Amino acid sequence: MATQRAIQVERVGKSYRLGTAEAPRAGMLSEQIGRALRSPLRLLGAPAAKPGPARSREFWALRDVSLEVERGEVIGLIGANGAGKSTLLKLLSHITPPTEGRISLWGRVATMLEVGTGFHPELTGRENVFLNGAILGMRRREIDAKFDEIVEFSGIEPFIDTPVKRYSSGMYVRLAFAVAANLEPEILLIDEVLAVGDADFQRRCLGKMRDVADDEGRTIVFVSHNLSAVQRLCSRSYWLHQGEIAAQGPSQDVIAAYLRRVGSHQHQGVAEIGNDVPRVGTGDARLRRVEMVAGDEPVDQVMLGQGFSLRLTFEVGEPIDDGVVELGICGPDGSRVITVHNIDGDRPPFALEPGTWVVEVGIDTTLLPGDFTLDVGLHRARGLTWDYVEQVLTFSALNVAEGSGDRYPWNVVRGSVRTPTDWAIRPANAPALRS
Amino acid sequence: MTTISAPPPTKVIEPATRVGLPSPRELWHYRDLFIQLARRDISVRYKQSAVGVLWAILQPLLLGVVFSVFLGNLADVPSGNGVEYPIFALSGMVMWLFFSSSMSLASTSTVAGAELISKVYFPRIIIPLAAVVQPAFDFIFALAIVFVAMAIYGVEVGPQILLLPLLMPTALAVALGLGLWLSALHVKYRDVQIVVPFIVMVGLFITPIIYPFDLVPDDLQPLYALNPMVGVLELYRWMLFASSSWPGSIVLIPLVAGAVLLVGGAIFFQRAERSFADVI
Repeated sequence: MATQRAIQVERVGKSYRLGTAEAPRAGMLSEQIGRALRSPLRLLGAPAAKPGPARSREFWALRDVSLEVERGEVIGLIGANGAGKSTLLKLLSHITPPTEGRISLWGRVATMLEVGTGFHPELTGRENVFLNGAILGMRRREIDAKFDEIVEFSGIEPFIDTPVKRYSSGMYVRLAFAVAANLEPEILLIDEVLAVGDADFQRRCLGKMRDVADDEGRTIVFVSHNLSAVQRLCSRSYWLHQGEIAAQGPSQDVIAAYLRRVGSHQHQGVAEIGNDVPRVGTGDARLRRVEMVAGDEPVDQVMLGQGFSLRLTFEVGEPIDDGVVELGICGPDGSRVITVHNIDGDRPPFALEPGTWVVEVGIDTTLLPGDFTLDVGLHRARGLTWDYVEQVLTFSALNVAEGSGDRYPWNVVRGSVRTPTDWAIRPANAPALRS
Repeated sequence: MTTISAPPPTKVIEPATRVGLPSPRELWHYRDLFIQLARRDISVRYKQSAVGVLWAILQPLLLGVVFSVFLGNLADVPSGNGVEYPIFALSGMVMWLFFSSSMSLASTSTVAGAELISKVYFPRIIIPLAAVVQPAFDFIFALAIVFVAMAIYGVEVGPQILLLPLLMPTALAVALGLGLWLSALHVKYRDVQIVVPFIVMVGLFITPIIYPFDLVPDDLQPLYALNPMVGVLELYRWMLFASSSWPGSIVLIPLVAGAVLLVGGAIFFQRAERSFADVI
C-alpha cells in the first residue's frame, strides 16, 4: 500500500548555552546595564576575561535526531526524564526552533502538552471552550460546529455556564480534554496529558485516540511515561536517550529494550493503592499497599536469580475465615506467567478479623530479563472476590546477577521464567553420566 | 512501503535566522485567537465584577477631581486650551490612562502569557496586540464621561472633533510600539516590570496632562515636544475643544514616532520571539 509521509525530521538538534550571560533564562536588565557600565572601566584596568567558548557550556538537549512518520501512524516517544522527549515535541510543535536540522510536516498540527492550556478561572465553561479551542488552533466556526459534541463528551453540561473556578479538578480536566479530543488536526502531538483524570475517563480518552487514529487516519505522536499506554496505542516507538535515538521499532521491542537498560524508577518498589484505581470485588477488604523487597530493601528491579518477597497490606472490613490471597506476575505483554496462592500445597486459608493485615510472600524463582507487573487479589475460598487489582506494581528483572557471571550475552531472552535444571553433555559414544 | 511522490510539506521548521516583520498572512490565520484573547480580557474586566465599567470611568474621574482640587485650586496651576481646569485635567487623565495602561498591559502580557508561549505555537505578537484591546474599550467609556463633563461645563466643540477617531490609532501606535519593545525585553529581563511603572510616573510629569503646554519655557519646548505623547495630548485637546488653537508642527512627532516605534518594536519582537519558549 502506498503511504504518505506526515512528519520528517532530519538531523535535528537543539542546544542551550549554560553558564553565560546568554543563558536561556530570565535575568535582570539592571545586571546587563551594570555589566555594560563596568566593562569600559575594565578596559582601563586589567584585561577582562574574554567571554567566549571557555566560559559558555553548550548543552545539547537533542542531537542528530532523525525520524519519519507515515500518515495514520501512532508513534510513541519514550525515555527517562531529561532524555529530550519533551524537547522533541516542542520542536515538532514549533514552540521553540531547532538549533540545527529541519522538520517537515504534512498537514495541520495541534499540540497538547497539557490539557486546559489558557483556561481562565473567571470565565465560564462555555467561554473557556472557545478560548481554549482558539489557543489550540481551532477556527471559530469549527468550535461552533463542534460545541455540542464537546460538551457532551465532557459530561458537565449542567455546569457549562458556571465559571470554571467553581469546577472540581475532575470536571476541569474533562472539559479541557473534551476540547482537545475534538480537535481535527492531521497531526496530533500529545505529552503526558493522560496522567490526569480518573481511570474511567483515561480509558475513554485512550479509546478516542485509538479511534481517531484508526478511522480518520490521523497521525499521532505520543510522549508518555505510561509504558503500557504506549504499548497499547502506538504501533511504533522511539526511545530517546540523552538526546539521541537509542532504539526504534515495534513498541513492544523498544519498551523492552528501554526497561532492560534503565530499569524502572517510577515506584521504587512501593505502590500505595488509592480508592481511585480500577478494581473489582465487593470491597469488604481492600488492598492498600504493595511493597517489593529484596535483601531487606524495597526494590523495583531484581537481579538474575535473586529471590524477592512481597508485602501486601490489606484493610479488612468484615471478618473472613477462608481468605485466599492470589498473586500474579505478568510479563511485558500483560499475560500471566506465574500465579501463586496462600492455599497452594494444601495449606489452610487465612482467617482474618477486621483490621489491617500484612501478608508476606517469599518467591524463590528466577525471572528472565524483562518487564513484569503484579496482580493481587483477595478472595474467599468459597468463590467470592473481595478485592482484585491488576498491575499494582511494575518491576523489571535485570540481565545481571549479584556476585556471579550469570548473565545472557544477548539482549533478548525469549520467555519469562526459568526453573532450576541439571545439564550434562558427553560424546555420543561414551556411557551416560546420569543414571 | 513506498512513498508516493510527496506533495510539498505544509510546514517546514528550521533554525530561525530570518529578521523581519511578522507575516501578515500568518497573523490573519490566527485572527480568532486574537479575538478570543481580547474577549477574555474584556469579559474578565467587565462582566465578572459589577464595578468593571464603573472602574473604567471612576479612575480618571477621581484622578481628575484630585488634580483639580490640589493643583487647580490649591497650587493654582493654570489651565490651558481655553477650558476650565477640571475639564482640562479630566481630559488629560483619560488619554494618559489609555496610553499608560495600553503600554503597561502590552509590556507585561508576554510574561503573563508564559503558559501559552511554552505550550502552544502561534505568532507570539498576538499576545501584546490582544492586550491593548481592553484599554481601548476603557478609553471609549472614559471618553463618554469627558463629553458629559464638557456638556456640564458648557465647553464648545468644533468640527475638528470628527477627527478624534484618527487620534486613537496614533496614541495606540506609540503605546503599542513601546509595549512591543518592553514585552520582548520583559521575557528576558524581569525587572522590566519595575521600569514600566517608573516610565508611567515620569511620563505623567513630562507630558501636558495636568498643566498646559504653554507653561514650559519657550526655549525648552522643542526638547519637551520630543516626547511623542506631548504631540498626542496637544492634538487631542485641539480636537476636543473648539477654543484650542492648532498646535502646529509638533503634531508630526507622534505620527513619526508611532510609526518608528511600532515597526521597530515589531521587528525587535519578532527577533526576540524565537527564544521566548526557552527563556520564559
